[in-house]
Amino acid sequence: MWQEVREELHPRNFELVTVCLDVAGAAAARPFIEAARPRHPALIDVEHRTGEVLGMVNIPSGVWIDEAGVIVRPAEPAFARRPPTGGSGPAADAGADRMTQILAEAAHIRIDPERYLVALRDWVEQGAASPYALPPEEVVRRSRPRPPEASRAAAHFELAQHLHRAGHAGDAVVHFREAHRLQPDNWTYKRQAWSLVPSVEGPLARYWQGPAPGREDQWPYDGDWLSDVRQIGPENYYPALDM
Amino acid sequence: MIIDRQQVAAAELERRTGWAIKAQGACKGEICVPLPGSPVTTVDAGMLSERLGMALVPEPKHGLWALGPETLGGHALTTADAPELVLPDLEGRPLALSSLRGSKVMLLAWASY
Repeated sequence: MWQEVREELHPRNFELVTVCLDVAGAAAARPFIEAARPRHPALIDVEHRTGEVLGMVNIPSGVWIDEAGVIVRPAEPAFARRPPTGGSGPAADAGADRMTQILAEAAHIRIDPERYLVALRDWVEQGAASPYALPPEEVVRRSRPRPPEASRAAAHFELAQHLHRAGHAGDAVVHFREAHRLQPDNWTYKRQAWSLVPSVEGPLARYWQGPAPGREDQWPYDGDWLSDVRQIGPENYYPALDM
Repeated sequence: MIIDRQQVAAAELERRTGWAIKAQGACKGEICVPLPGSPVTTVDAGMLSERLGMALVPEPKHGLWALGPETLGGHALTTADAPELVLPDLEGRPLALSSLRGSKVMLLAWASY
């Protein structure tokens, strides 16, 4: 989907750079990148450094950077189109399979790809004259708040990733949990940690994001995707675009 | 950034956080925070934590610390200047974000999970 947007705008001096934020690295990203066969740079960030320096708290997130290397829009939800589950789906009953329930909640997640693409095309066309290109002080002001707790959460998240990559998965969980506690609205921290727990086998393993049925006591985290999304309401999973 | 001692190499600090050690102190964009003895080749992590508001979290079992991002200004960005990011593609070939200067760039973060 983003590939098509890139091909449309590339002749107007626009480039798309995708960055996969995943401790699992190239192995996890490869099937998706090879299937997309992008002509734009498709990078891998095993340390989540991009998310840290730009203040991202969920994926997908987009940042616009002008020709001089100045950010004109800080991190915000970036969708090129509605996923197949988009729109208002039916509520899954309590007995439904976990993935069915996840898809039912995901159908109520608020995204606005139409508005985002109008804005992106306008910026590519008009540059600094576009009303969507923000001045530097506004970019800084709109970037994610970072109280001391967020810096602590980032430090714990980095320790968790480091320990996980070094083969100390159990020790990593302690720091993932602390990152979640300190910055509960950082969904990237949660989704990354939850994806590393092999609750179920097979292709759904990374998307299960919660305990396996009947083995709830083995789930090492206080929250899981379905419970946490239901707690805040799927309409609050991403902030509304401020455009 | 992960460190295994309380001293941080200035070059690594800049590569990892964007904070450069100059005569004026620790600098990022137009912001400079005085540090005693600057310029130096290594900086005390405790000093960075105190002056830049970076959390310093110990991991005693593994002999590590993690230095979190700065909290100066209370926002993720202290400047609108895009940070330098050098990241590899699938084949390990590095690309510097700054190499795309001259074009409008949309950086899109994603993951499969």
